[in-house]
Amino acid sequence: MTDTVLDVRNLRVEFPTRKGVLRAVDDISLTIRRGEILGVVGESGAGKSMTGMAILGLLEPPGRIAGGQILLSGERIDTLGEKGLQRVRGRRIGAIFQDPLTSLNPLFRVGDQLVETIRQHTDLGKAQARARAIGLMREVGIPAVEERIDNYPHQFSGGMRQRIVIALALCAEPELIIADEPTTALDVSIQAQITALLKRLCRERGTAVMLVTHDMGVIAETADRVAVMYAGRLAEVGPVEDVVRRPQHPYTAGLMGSIPSLRSDAEDLRMIPGSMPRLDAIPSGCAFNPRCDLAGPRCRRDVPRIAGTGAACWLPLAGSTALTEGETA
Amino acid sequence: MTRQTAILEVDALERRFDVSAPWLNRVIERKPRRTLRAVDGVDFSIQRGQTLALVGESGCGKSTIAKLVTGLHPPSAGAIRFHGDRDRMQMIFQDPFASLNPRWRVGRIVAEPLRTLRPGTPEATVAARVSELLSTVGLSPADALKYPHEFSGGQRQRISIARALAGEPEFLVCDEPTSALDVSVQAQVLNLMKRLQREMGLTYLFISHDLSVVRHMADVIAVMYLGRIVEIQPTADLFANPLHPYTRMLLDTIPDLEAPNRERAPMGGEVPSPVSPPRGCSFHPRCPLAFDRCKVERPERHAAVRDGRVACFAAESAADV
Ligand SMILES: Nc1ncnc2c1ncn2[C@@H]1O[C@H](COP(=O)(O)OP(=O)(O)OP(=O)(O)O)[C@@H](O)[C@H]1O
Ligand SMILES: Nc1ncnc2c1ncn2[C@@H]1O[C@H](COP(=O)(O)OP(=O)(O)O)[C@@H](O)[C@H]1O
Ligand code: SF4
Ligand code: SF4
Ligand SMILES: [Mg+2]
Ligand SMILES: [Mg+2]
Repeated sequence: MTDTVLDVRNLRVEFPTRKGVLRAVDDISLTIRRGEILGVVGESGAGKSMTGMAILGLLEPPGRIAGGQILLSGERIDTLGEKGLQRVRGRRIGAIFQDPLTSLNPLFRVGDQLVETIRQHTDLGKAQARARAIGLMREVGIPAVEERIDNYPHQFSGGMRQRIVIALALCAEPELIIADEPTTALDVSIQAQITALLKRLCRERGTAVMLVTHDMGVIAETADRVAVMYAGRLAEVGPVEDVVRRPQHPYTAGLMGSIPSLRSDAEDLRMIPGSMPRLDAIPSGCAFNPRCDLAGPRCRRDVPRIAGTGAACWLPLAGSTALTEGETA
Repeated sequence: MTRQTAILEVDALERRFDVSAPWLNRVIERKPRRTLRAVDGVDFSIQRGQTLALVGESGCGKSTIAKLVTGLHPPSAGAIRFHGDRDRMQMIFQDPFASLNPRWRVGRIVAEPLRTLRPGTPEATVAARVSELLSTVGLSPADALKYPHEFSGGQRQRISIARALAGEPEFLVCDEPTSALDVSVQAQVLNLMKRLQREMGLTYLFISHDLSVVRHMADVIAVMYLGRIVEIQPTADLFANPLHPYTRMLLDTIPDLEAPNRERAPMGGEVPSPVSPPRGCSFHPRCPLAFDRCKVERPERHAAVRDGRVACFAAESAADV
C-alpha cells in the first residue's frame, strides 16, 4: 500500500530498572494512511505516550526500543540514529503535546519561532518565510494575525497557544503528526475547536495523524480508526464506529460502559472491577484476565494477539469479524 | 422546591479579588487598581439529600464558590445560609494526592476528622471506625497502614472520600472529584458517591466541567459563565430544554458516542478575561443571538422559567415571562 504513511511493526519499548526490565510497550503493530486520523486510547499508564515517543525517537534513556520496526512512508526510521532522526523530526513528523509551552520558547515572539522553524526545514528566504508564517497562523484560526504575530507565547490563551503549536508542527508540511493529549488541558468549548481544526487540516493536506488521548469522547469526535491500549499491549483496533459502538474486547466494552451516557438513565454506571496492573505485575496470558468476567483457562495461559483489525481476545464479544491468532507474526 | 428543606441558601453572593499590580508599579506606570469579580451575584439553594451541580469552563468561579461555601474564603458581599451543622460539612478536592498528607499513614488521615469531631474517642473505637470506613469505600482495612503514594489515583480519591465520611458529614462539597481520574476509575468513584448518598442521605454541591458526569449525578444544574449563574434548571429540564445560548453551546460540545465522527461547527471565541468582562451580557461577543440591548444592558435578575431561571434577554422573550 503506497498510501501507508506510518507502519509500526511489533514495537517493543523497555525500561531496564533495578527490579528488572519493564515492558512499557509490548508488541504493538499499527498503520496510518494518508489523511487518516488514528486515535490511540487507553487509561493512564497504558503505554500510549511511550508509543508516540518511540516513533518520534524521543524516548528518554534508559527507555529504549527493544524490538520491532518503525517505517515512515516505507523507510525504516528506528535505525537512523540521532543525526538522521533530527532530520525526520520536525520536517517529516510533527509533534503536538499536551502543554503548548513545551513546544514554544517563552522568550521569543511566536512569529519569529515560526519563521525560524520554516527556514530550518525549507529554502525560503526571510520575507517568504514570514508570509508563510502569517498564512499558517491564519489557517489555524488566529484572529488579527498581523497584530498578534509579534506577541510572546504568554500573551496568548491556552487554546490560542495550542493553535500556534499546531502551526509550528505544520511548518515543514510533515507526512505525519503525532498529537499527544493535545486537548487535555483545554476547556470543552476550546477542545472542540482544536479537534475540528486538526480534522480539517488532516483532510485538506492529507497529513496522517496519530491522536493519543485517554478521552474516548475526543476519539469518537475525531478519529477514523481507533487503537485501544491496555497494559502496554493493543486490546482492539478498528474503525471508530465499530470500536465505539460494537466493541469486541471485554475491556473496550467495559471502558465504553463506564462513560456516563446522555441516553441512559441508569442509576449506576457500569464498572470494570479493580485497576490496570503495574508494569512489574502483568498477569500471565491476557493482561486483562483478572478483571474479565469471561476469562477462561486459556486466557490465563496464552497471550492473545491482533492481526490487523479486531480484538486481542480469546473470546471476543459479538462484533464484526474477529481476526485473532495465537502466535506472533 | 420548598424552602423548609433547603440545607444551603446562597444569596447575591459576591467575591472580588484585588489583582492590581504592586503599589510601586501602579504609581510609576500609573496603572489603576484592578478588581477581579470571581463570583458576581450568585443565587442558588440546595435541598437536603439532593445534588446541585455547578458547571462551566475554567475560571468561571466554581472553585471560588466551593471555598466561599466551606468558609475558606470570606464573601465580599451576599449571604450564605447553612441550615445544617457546620462541623458536618466536608470537602473533596480534585487532586486526591495533593490533598492527602504524604507523610501520614492512611489510617491517621482517615481518623483525623473523627478525632476533631469527637475528641477523646478511645483509640480502639477510632481504629474500628477507620476499618469500617475503608471497607465502605471499597478499600481494605489493612490499607490503613500504607502511605498515600502506594495507591492509584482512584484509590486515593477513595481515601479522600473515607476521610470526608469520617467527619460524619451531612453536606459534601466536591470540587471536580473525578477530573483527574480515568473513566473506568471515575465510574467506580461516582457509583460509590451515589451509593453513599442513598444510604446516608448526603447532600452534595458537586462541581465539574463535564456535562455527562453532571447529568448522571445532579438533581439540579447551575451553568456558570464569568462568575455568574446564567441558567439553573432541574437536570432533566436543562437537557431537554436548555434556555441559555451558552448552555446550548456547551451541550453541543458533548461527544456523541452513539454517532461518532460527526461533523459539527464548534462554539467560536474564548472565555473573556474576568478582570475586564464585556459590557452588557458578558456572553454577547460569543452569542449567536446577541442583539443591541445585550451589548449595553446586563440581563440582571434571572427570569423565572418553570422550576428554573435563566439570565438572557432572548430566552426571556421566548419564554414569555
Ligand atoms: N486568590 C485569588 N486571587 C486572585 N484571583 C483569583 C483567586 N482565586 C481565584 N481567582 C480568579 O477567580 C476566577 C474564578 O476562579 P475559580 O478557581 O473559582 O475558577 P473555576 O471555575 O474553579 O475554574 P477551573 O475549572 O479551572 O477549576 C478566575 O479568574 C481566577 O483566576
Ligand atoms: N522512565 C521510566 N522508567 C520506568 N517506567 C516508565 C518510565 N517512563 C514511563 N514508564 C512507564 O511506562 C508505562 C507507559 O507510560 P506512558 O506511555 O506514559 O502511558 P500513557 O498511556 O499514560 O501515555 C507506564 O507504566 C509508565 O509508568
Ligand atoms: S482473552 Fe480472555 S481474559 Fe482476555 S479479554 Fe478476552 S476473554 Fe477476557
Ligand atoms: S442576553 Fe443577549 S447576548 Fe446574552 S445570552 Fe441572551 S441573547 Fe445572548
Ligand atoms: Mg501519556
Ligand atoms: Mg476549580
